Amino acid sequence: MIRIEGLSHAIGGSPILHDIDLTLPEGGVTALIGPNGAGKSTLLSLIARLQKIQAGRITVGGQEVGRTSDRDLARTLAVMAQSTHVSARLSVADLVSFGRYPWHRGRPGAIDRDHVEQALTRFDLLALRHRFLDEISGGQRQRAFVAMAYAQDTPYLLLDEPLNNLDIAAARDLMGLVRDMADRDGRTVVIVLHDINYATGFADRLVVLKDGRIAAQGQPAQIVTEALLRDVFGTSATVETLQGRPYVVV
Amino acid sequence: MRLAGAALLSGLWLLSLAIGAADQSLADLFLTPEGRALMLESRLPRTVAAVLAGVGLAMSGQVMQVLARNRFIEPMTAGAGQSAALGVLLCTLVLPGAAIGVKMAAAALCALAGSLGLMALIRPLPPTQPLLVPLVALVYGGVIGAVVTFVAYQGNMMQFLGTWLTGELSGVLRGRYELLWIGAVASGATYLIADRLSLLSLGEDAARALGLNVGLVTAAAVAAISVVTAMIVVTLGAIPFVGLVVPNLVARLAGDNLRRALPLTALAGAILVLAADILGRVIRAPYEVPVATTIAVIGATAFVVMLNRGRTRA
Repeated sequence: MIRIEGLSHAIGGSPILHDIDLTLPEGGVTALIGPNGAGKSTLLSLIARLQKIQAGRITVGGQEVGRTSDRDLARTLAVMAQSTHVSARLSVADLVSFGRYPWHRGRPGAIDRDHVEQALTRFDLLALRHRFLDEISGGQRQRAFVAMAYAQDTPYLLLDEPLNNLDIAAARDLMGLVRDMADRDGRTVVIVLHDINYATGFADRLVVLKDGRIAAQGQPAQIVTEALLRDVFGTSATVETLQGRPYVVV
Repeated sequence: MRLAGAALLSGLWLLSLAIGAADQSLADLFLTPEGRALMLESRLPRTVAAVLAGVGLAMSGQVMQVLARNRFIEPMTAGAGQSAALGVLLCTLVLPGAAIGVKMAAAALCALAGSLGLMALIRPLPPTQPLLVPLVALVYGGVIGAVVTFVAYQGNMMQFLGTWLTGELSGVLRGRYELLWIGAVASGATYLIADRLSLLSLGEDAARALGLNVGLVTAAAVAAISVVTAMIVVTLGAIPFVGLVVPNLVARLAGDNLRRALPLTALAGAILVLAADILGRVIRAPYEVPVATTIAVIGATAFVVMLNRGRTRA
């Protein structure tokens, strides 16, 4: 369970998050959505302790962020940052193996190699394992980064806009794999998404942020309405329901 | 690749022992007493110094490129080399009779300050503008270099500066190069933290998210780079380009996972410096061309070729 209490955050004097209280239960996929600048990425990076908490409290699986060592937290939650720009020439297998660092601290053993093989297999990267990250497509690269987070073998997984710049095949593929991690391995996934239709199509829960406050949260069918699009996103679009899930007609 | 490199290095090693002003055959060097003396006093130290310098320059270049997350930077030209020179110069002016140990410490401390200054300067630069880092480093190195020149001019030591700052190996004798072993130890230490450094190439946030102590690893790496650079500047002078060309070449072939890349970088660095020194000795024998000059010619050419090749790939 991720529990957030009274979380406020400001960057350079301008407030980004206002007094956020949020509890995310164990398991399933939770999507953070909201217009640009709503504070989604900031919230995610605060949970991932990549920024210092200014006011409020966050606990992940009972461990308080900010009071738990980086090392212990790295075995509890994995995070994939928004920008996956890496100038170093690393092979896909190198990258995925880095995800094991919190467990082996520099001395990889048989268990770590097993996990890496498993991650490469599951994310269909075996054929690409010796390719360098700058020689593969954007979709394959994003998949490699998610595979690295998977290999970290943590109960919690935070993904910041992993679908950035992906074509529809790569995006659907990746969301399917994310879904699978929640369903098959019981991992708790929190994912920042830009496209509401991907959120309603793949997530169990949505948390909608606007101007640093939670505007709505709940199951997609309950909260994605034309009123929400108008009030939060400032656009009047039609919402249709298909197979029990709401979709925004764009 | 490793085997071929090791064979090449061994060949160059023997060649380096065989070549010199005194006309001695390789067999004489081992068999006659004066041959042995010549070898132990001059040719072996020179060869060892070239290898150690090559290893240190190339490895510290690669480590700095990981820290800066930028391919086009190396400590010798990016402030650390100039700062080390400033340290020795100030030490020579203030404490003329200082022991070599004091000079060495002054150089290492100044190199450390110079490297930390550079890291602070380039840290806020956006990674989307990869050319900003080498530009800032170049200007920064140039400014410190100008201070060195100014101090030397005021202290009436311009001549000393010229001869001594150009990296060359002709003055290497037994007892005058052993500081390089300290640099070699520092280079070796970077290999021990190779896995951690590789994580840093993902970016600070990603490395922290994996539980890495980013501050500690960065500090250790900067210290190692500074020691290596200072030892080379104190014993041989400034040798540019090795730290730039070799890691780029190795990255192209073997990638940037340092556990795998650093040994290759060390090997290639040793080969480059030793080959350049041999070339400098034979090209207009019995006179010598400083190793820094030969490397500047070889290195700059290699780098331009590499940049052009890179453009077609990227």
